[in-house]
Formats: sequence, C-alpha cells, structure tokens
Amino acid sequence: MKVLVPVKRVVDYNIRVRVKADGSAVDLADLRMSLNPFDEIALEAALRLKEGGLAGEVLAVSCGPAACQETLRTALAMGADRALLVETDVELQPLAVARVLHAVCAREAPGLVLCGKQAIDDDAGQTGQMLAALLGWPQATCVSELQLVEGRIRATREIDGGQEILETRLPAVVTADLRLNEPRYTSLPNIIKARKKPLDSTCPAALGVAVAPRLQILGVSEPARRRAGVKVQDVAELLEKLRQEAGVLQ
Amino acid sequence: MTLLVLADHDGQRLDPASRSVLSAARQIGGDIHLLVAGSGVEAVAREGAACAGVSQVLWADAPHLRDREAANLAAQVLALAPAYTHILAPASSCGRDCMPRVAAQLDVEQISGIVAVHGPDTFTRPIYAGNVLATVQSRDPVKVITVRCPAFPPVGEGGAAPVEAIPAVPDLGLSRVLERRLDDSGRPDLGRARVVVSGGRGLGSRENFQALLQPLAQRLGAALGATRAAVDAGYAPNDWQVGQTGRIVAPELYLAIGLSGAIQHLAGMSDARVIVAINKDPEAPIFQVADYGLVADLNQALPELLAALG
Repeated sequence: MKVLVPVKRVVDYNIRVRVKADGSAVDLADLRMSLNPFDEIALEAALRLKEGGLAGEVLAVSCGPAACQETLRTALAMGADRALLVETDVELQPLAVARVLHAVCAREAPGLVLCGKQAIDDDAGQTGQMLAALLGWPQATCVSELQLVEGRIRATREIDGGQEILETRLPAVVTADLRLNEPRYTSLPNIIKARKKPLDSTCPAALGVAVAPRLQILGVSEPARRRAGVKVQDVAELLEKLRQEAGVLQ
Repeated sequence: MTLLVLADHDGQRLDPASRSVLSAARQIGGDIHLLVAGSGVEAVAREGAACAGVSQVLWADAPHLRDREAANLAAQVLALAPAYTHILAPASSCGRDCMPRVAAQLDVEQISGIVAVHGPDTFTRPIYAGNVLATVQSRDPVKVITVRCPAFPPVGEGGAAPVEAIPAVPDLGLSRVLERRLDDSGRPDLGRARVVVSGGRGLGSRENFQALLQPLAQRLGAALGATRAAVDAGYAPNDWQVGQTGRIVAPELYLAIGLSGAIQHLAGMSDARVIVAINKDPEAPIFQVADYGLVADLNQALPELLAALG
C-alpha cells in the first residue's frame, strides 16, 4: 500500500510573524521556513507503517513555489521514498490544495493519505477533510493513535471533552494530531542520501486543476494587545481585587 | 438570504455553542434554519425551535446519524444545501470534522473559525495562532463557515419555530465510532466554563496537578485546563490542552498557574475577561497579559488561596 503524505512549507513555529505596515499581508520576507509540524508527525506515522511492514512506498507531495523543494528534501531525509512538487506561485487556499491532491491521488493511487490536522500559518484545518470528500473516502481527523487492523483503520481521535475510537475502511484520509508520535531527527547521512532520491515536479495546469484563490484577503491586522495589569502582594490582596474590582468572584 | 445552521448536541441537549453560531447567523442577517441531525433527538429539535432568531428547525433522525460521523453528517447537510446562501457550524470537533467535506463537495472554500461578521460575504478570522487577524471576502456562491463560539454572545429563548421532520440520507457506511471516552468528572466543559483553572509545567508532577488544581477548580466550579508542555509531560490529559492546537476558551476568569505564557498557549485564552497569573518567575511572559499577577511559589499560594476562599 502506497502512502501519500502532503507536506506544507510554513513559517517556522518559533517565529512570531508581523503584519506589513500597509496592513495588506503578513510580512514573510526573510523568515525561517519549516515543514509544517503536523505534517512532520503525519510523515513519521507513514514511515512507521512502512517500517512495520504495513505500508510500501511513502510519497511526499508539496504544493507551492519552487522553494518547497527544500521542504520535500527534508521529507526525503526523514525517510520518504519519493517526492513530488506541484509548483505554482499562486497563493493556494485549502480547496485548491485539496483539488491538486485529488488529481495526484488519481495518478498515484495511494491506499492511505496521511496529513497534518492543520497548517500553523492559516490554521484552517480543512485540506484533509476536503480531499477525503473529493475522493469519496472516509476520514479520521485529529488522530492521536493509529492502527491498521485487517485492512481497516482503527484511530483514536482527539475530540472536545475526550476521545473517540473510529474505525474506517481503506482507502482513507487520516489527519495527525500533536501526540500521534514524536518525529525523528534527520541525520547527516540521511540528508546527503536524500539529495539522490527522486524529486519530480509538475504544475496545477498539467494536472488540469485551476487554483485561483476564491477568498480575497481584504486586510490583516494585529489583535489589540492585552496590557499587563497589576502585581498583587499576596493571596488576600488577589482575592480582594477579584471580588471588589473585577467582580468575578463572590 | 436563507442560512442553515448545523446544530451541535450530545443527543440530549443543544450545545450552547450552537446558540453562539445562531448569534453570528443573526449578524449576517436573513432567514435562519437550524438542522438537528442525530438519533432520537426530537428534544434537541424542540430546544432549537425555542432559540431566538430561528425560523425553521429541520430534524433528521436515524441511527447512523447518532455519532455525527463526518461523511454521513456532511451528506445530510449537502442534501439541503441548494436552498441556502450560508451554511454555518461551530468550530467544534464536530464542525471542524464535517464542514470542510460540505465545502469541498459544493466546490467552495470554507471560512474557518470566524470571530467577526462584517457583512454577508466578509468575515474576520485569526491566523498564525491568533497573532494576526485576517479579514476575508468570499466570492463563492455559498458561504460555508465555522464559527469560533466565544466570539459571539449566545442567543437566548423566545423563538417558536416549526419543527419539520426531514428524511435522513442513507448510511454511507464509510466509518463507525466504536467508542467514546468523555470526561465524566462533573466539571463544566472547558469550552464554556465561566472559570478556568489552568496549569503548566510549574506544577511539577501529575500528582501535584491533581492535588493542587482539582480542589481549587472544585471550589470555583471551574473547568481544568493545561498547557501543551504540561500535557506533553503527562501531567494532564490531552483534551485539557488550551492553545492554538487545543481548545480556545474565553471565560470570565482564567487562572494561569505555574505556566509561562507561550504564544501557542496565549492563542487559546487571550480573550478571557480577567486573567490571573500565579508564577514564581517575575519575568514570565504570562504577567504581560495578566490583569492580576502574583509572584509566588504555587505550592504555598494555592493552599492559601483555597483556604481563603473557604
């Protein structure tokens, strides 16, 4: 069974982004970029399935500008067998990515798509579910434990107020939550080996997919910052303030 | 304009989050229909009919809708979709699971987690862990939206909408829920508690987390929360996590205890009305957003606080 892992190039999670002075967009110039952390977890899960003999080839796919090659090289260094870049400079929104991936799935016929539950830049959390819908496949989102049992997936999902065990048919789309695993570090020899692994590229038009954005960003701003309040001396003063000043306690 | 709101419920009661979605729908304007899909959920449908602003409740009842599994639920929404200009759901685990399927099958982009409505096609949503607010306009013929509920005051009672039973879509049979393990502590749900007591790695151990925070939460009728670091360290279960990748909360009072205030965490609680921080490190970033800060050893301060509360 081939496993397809979509990977997104995002601003590194340690970086606090700023808005451009004219409020038109987030200023991404010269920022350190990384593989989206949730996609890294998804890739790790795919690699573990392969190492456990439950999956065959692991294919990493990225959509975006030429610089996404770096992201794909990281995926190859982690252990993906092959990579595909769907290159475009158009700003991609979730449905566009899902449609591109749908076209890639038609060509590659994976038995499982493993992706991150959300990208940490747009925080949309949609692509996996959209892809599942376009393929007519089941999905298991926000997965923190994954088993393949007799050709089916058994997944523990993180839901509001607890967990759910979901069983789905294959093929399926699974989206990884934070605690599915701890991704491995890439070693220097693997980084060097990754340079020789196949990295193909295509473009949305070649796949027959239109990717023009449907949502127009009218502007971005930074939220009003909370200001630091006061320091209290002790518990008694804290309670007095909460009761008298803030009125949140009786 | 006619809007469809997909109700969240637990099979017994309408989830208060749905009342916030109705509030967002009223800001958009138009006729508001509420879809209650589940198994044996007539009572939920009746409750929805009494919500202010609802003009019609559509009630779909079938065993395979009980678990609100994404593919079946999306199919139920899609069966109704042609009649609507807007389709909304809470940005809850159910809404986040199901709505992108609806959007994809309608060939529209979804607008995720809105916090403000500026008109029928223009909305504000947070990106980059809440560090940036983006105002977006949708050119799609149907707007598929999830709503970040703390941003909208819930609607009250006062409606008297008719309840119409509608045919359930057939079972797609793609997935089934084998088991649900939900918190049965009796504490309020994290997403809607008036008070949240949240702990970080400063608690030092799972035992301390229980021994120090539990009684305080009990006394205040509060939900318990945790930072990602505390969850990673095994001090608290996953579903207590507050932050960008956990729950987003906006309680009246947020007690941040032994936590530093990482950006990731602040993204989940900055909209609390009053924030209290207790931390022994006076330089902890949490003090920069706290209304009241107490620099103290939590091992002493918490028992004192509990005693003083009586």
